[in-house]
Amino acid sequence: MDIDLITNILYAMVRTGTPLLLVALGELVCEKSGVLNLGQEGMLLMGAVVGFVAALLSGSLMLGFLLAIIAGVTMSLLFGVIALGFNANQVATGLALTIFGTGLSAFIGTEFVGKPINGLDPYALPLLSDIPLIGKMLFAQDLVVYLSFGLFAAVYWFFRSSRPGLVVKAVGENPHAANAIGLPVMRTRYLAVMFGGAMAGLAGGYLSIAYTPLWVENMSAGRGWIALALVVFASWKVERVLLGAWLFGLASILHLVFQGLGFSISSNLLAILPYAATILVLVLLSRNQVRARLLAPMSLGKSFHASS
Amino acid sequence: MAEPHVTPPRLTLRGITKAYPGCLANDSIDLNIEPAEIHALLGENGAGKSTLMKVIYGLVKPDHGELLWDGLPIDIRDPAHARKLGIGMVFQHFSLFETLTVTENIALALGDDAGDLPTLAKRISEVSTRYGMALNPDREVHTLSVGERQRVEIVRCLVQPIKLLILDEPTSVLTPQEVETLFVTLRQLASEGCSILFISHKLHEVRALCHHATILRAGRVSGECTPQEESSESLARMMVGDDTPISTDYPKVLADEPFLQVRGLSRLSEDPFGVDLQSISFDVHTGEILGIAGVAGNGQEELLGALSGENEIDNHDAIHFPHGAVGQLSPRQRRAAGMAFVPEERLGRGAVPDMSLKDNALLTGFLTGLVKKGMISHRKTRTFAEQIIERYRVKTPGTETHAASLSGGNLQKFIIGREIMQQPKLLIAAHPTWGVDIGAATAIHKALIELRDKGAAILVVSEDIDELFQISDRIGALCHGRLSPIKPTPQTSINEVGRWMAGDFSETDVASSATVSA
Repeated sequence: MDIDLITNILYAMVRTGTPLLLVALGELVCEKSGVLNLGQEGMLLMGAVVGFVAALLSGSLMLGFLLAIIAGVTMSLLFGVIALGFNANQVATGLALTIFGTGLSAFIGTEFVGKPINGLDPYALPLLSDIPLIGKMLFAQDLVVYLSFGLFAAVYWFFRSSRPGLVVKAVGENPHAANAIGLPVMRTRYLAVMFGGAMAGLAGGYLSIAYTPLWVENMSAGRGWIALALVVFASWKVERVLLGAWLFGLASILHLVFQGLGFSISSNLLAILPYAATILVLVLLSRNQVRARLLAPMSLGKSFHASS
Repeated sequence: MAEPHVTPPRLTLRGITKAYPGCLANDSIDLNIEPAEIHALLGENGAGKSTLMKVIYGLVKPDHGELLWDGLPIDIRDPAHARKLGIGMVFQHFSLFETLTVTENIALALGDDAGDLPTLAKRISEVSTRYGMALNPDREVHTLSVGERQRVEIVRCLVQPIKLLILDEPTSVLTPQEVETLFVTLRQLASEGCSILFISHKLHEVRALCHHATILRAGRVSGECTPQEESSESLARMMVGDDTPISTDYPKVLADEPFLQVRGLSRLSEDPFGVDLQSISFDVHTGEILGIAGVAGNGQEELLGALSGENEIDNHDAIHFPHGAVGQLSPRQRRAAGMAFVPEERLGRGAVPDMSLKDNALLTGFLTGLVKKGMISHRKTRTFAEQIIERYRVKTPGTETHAASLSGGNLQKFIIGREIMQQPKLLIAAHPTWGVDIGAATAIHKALIELRDKGAAILVVSEDIDELFQISDRIGALCHGRLSPIKPTPQTSINEVGRWMAGDFSETDVASSATVSA
């Protein structure tokens, strides 16, 4: 294998992993606050279609990204009002959000299928991008990829050293105790859910404006679900989300790599790799009960009502 | 108290009223707490203590009435506001986060005043040393004992300026020795000018600690007094009213024919925060009550699960009934052999919340002729449920009422009645009067004594050491999955059992007591 091929694989790995990273970071924050939002796929698609249509009609990519984020946040607020405000079952609400988002995005995008736009171009940083192997991977990407690096660092710092991060963890572990000592449980959960929505919206915009600049129905192709699996795979640790996202990104381009090398393995078979890896990690994690219990946010998926 | 105050009371409540649907939790309550005073708030479960303290801590808004803080009217918006005023609260069910460290837990409660964590950790060490509550700020809370967790809660209140400390049933999770230590800390705090509101239903503790007491009954103030000048009986009278019988002393018996024999019962817990049982041996004799004391989380659940048959054990010979080993038998087979079981959780394990009392009666009563050839006899089941309700004075509209709609005490009377009515040869009861009012507790105690006198072997596992001394004929304690020596109740003392609860016993003690009782 020559060095150019490896350089290109690494480059594609990061590009493919970026939407996963964005969605998973958002979902991680959301789950750390104790809210399980299975609506990622729906928010992703809404971000993609709204971002694409906005970019196409206005000609401004930045406006596209902005509206993609707003679409994601709006969707997450819908989830928030139902699951947090009305205390509905989070799993059911999340699934409904995905179905709703899939349908609504298809409806909105009907007239825009296959229309081309000039997508977001990579911006290679001088000198840095010439570093062998990793230069292209890290420094010849587009702005959203750079932004994803920054967001990763921000979330990492948020949970490691910031007080709001501590509050999110506390709310996700024991909302009743958090309420009793006066932490704003509902506000924290709403904000976490909205952050998740913003990240999913941005990831959707990235798909339809930068990654493959066009709109096709259901173009997220299960990335929302992979991101959900990724959070579990990463055992709710921020740094592992980054590694996992790139690893899953690599897994989803492996069939191209293998084709290039002359092997033929069914791409369907390779597509199960992320899920198989997640199951494997779950099995490994559950071997040690104490660790397993300490990793997942303890109140994940449980609704909370202040008066009870 | 007749002379005018130079300084106003620290906290005054005037006419506090709070109604919940179907229940007047607080009815026009007045209360005065002076600076440096340890003030007891005494009352049974459901008397309105919790609601009142939530009002003071800003967790609940009263419907009527006003609060005066240092003489000035104030509206406490939320717990953060209460903390700013200098009100700290130690909760009964701790409000701690298990996966976070002591320092992080305290930082969360302090809000923006917490400062950076290393400085805070230093302050925590200082405060905990000063008040004699050793605490390592870097430990994660899930590694701490229950007593240590309570220290975290108290230290959390003390790292900021504090004027009023509220403690909700703080001694229910402590050994008698830990209670003494806590009282030393509280007296020191009060001597420094901090007011303390001590919520409890344990009369001797209130008499030992508090300067003044306000007694609540059914949401109203039913009395005020200086506890040292009252007897436990007169305090109890104020708590329960005139028409409820207050528990008495029961004659102790000594029996020597073992029904349940446990020998070398060991079991590794599969729960990450569970306790491993370590070679536990004891007998429960026909016609006696054996009490096992211990702070929750020292192996009680694991022991009860092994005895009831819910958890499998490796050594089937470890548990014997008179006719042989039962270690491999299912709960149902053990019931058929004469065992009855009252689990700790009433809803979900002792009874199915959404099922009627009649159906709940059937759940364990089905072995006593309520089911014939696979068909349920509804008439007999209803009669059975009616008998339980009548005999044990369960307050309910009827047998079709859902279990979940009964109060804790009533449901407990129903569950215990259901088991006793089946005339078991062995009754295993976990925390039989936990959260039950004095009247119902007395009824349950009488029922247990009556069953004992009919010749049943009874094992009672409880955190309430006073209760165990009242009803047990012999007594022992669990600590970290080890069982202490077992002694006839008249031959031991609360202090000794307290030391056992803290693990202060050796294997030779256990062995020698085993030979004495055998």
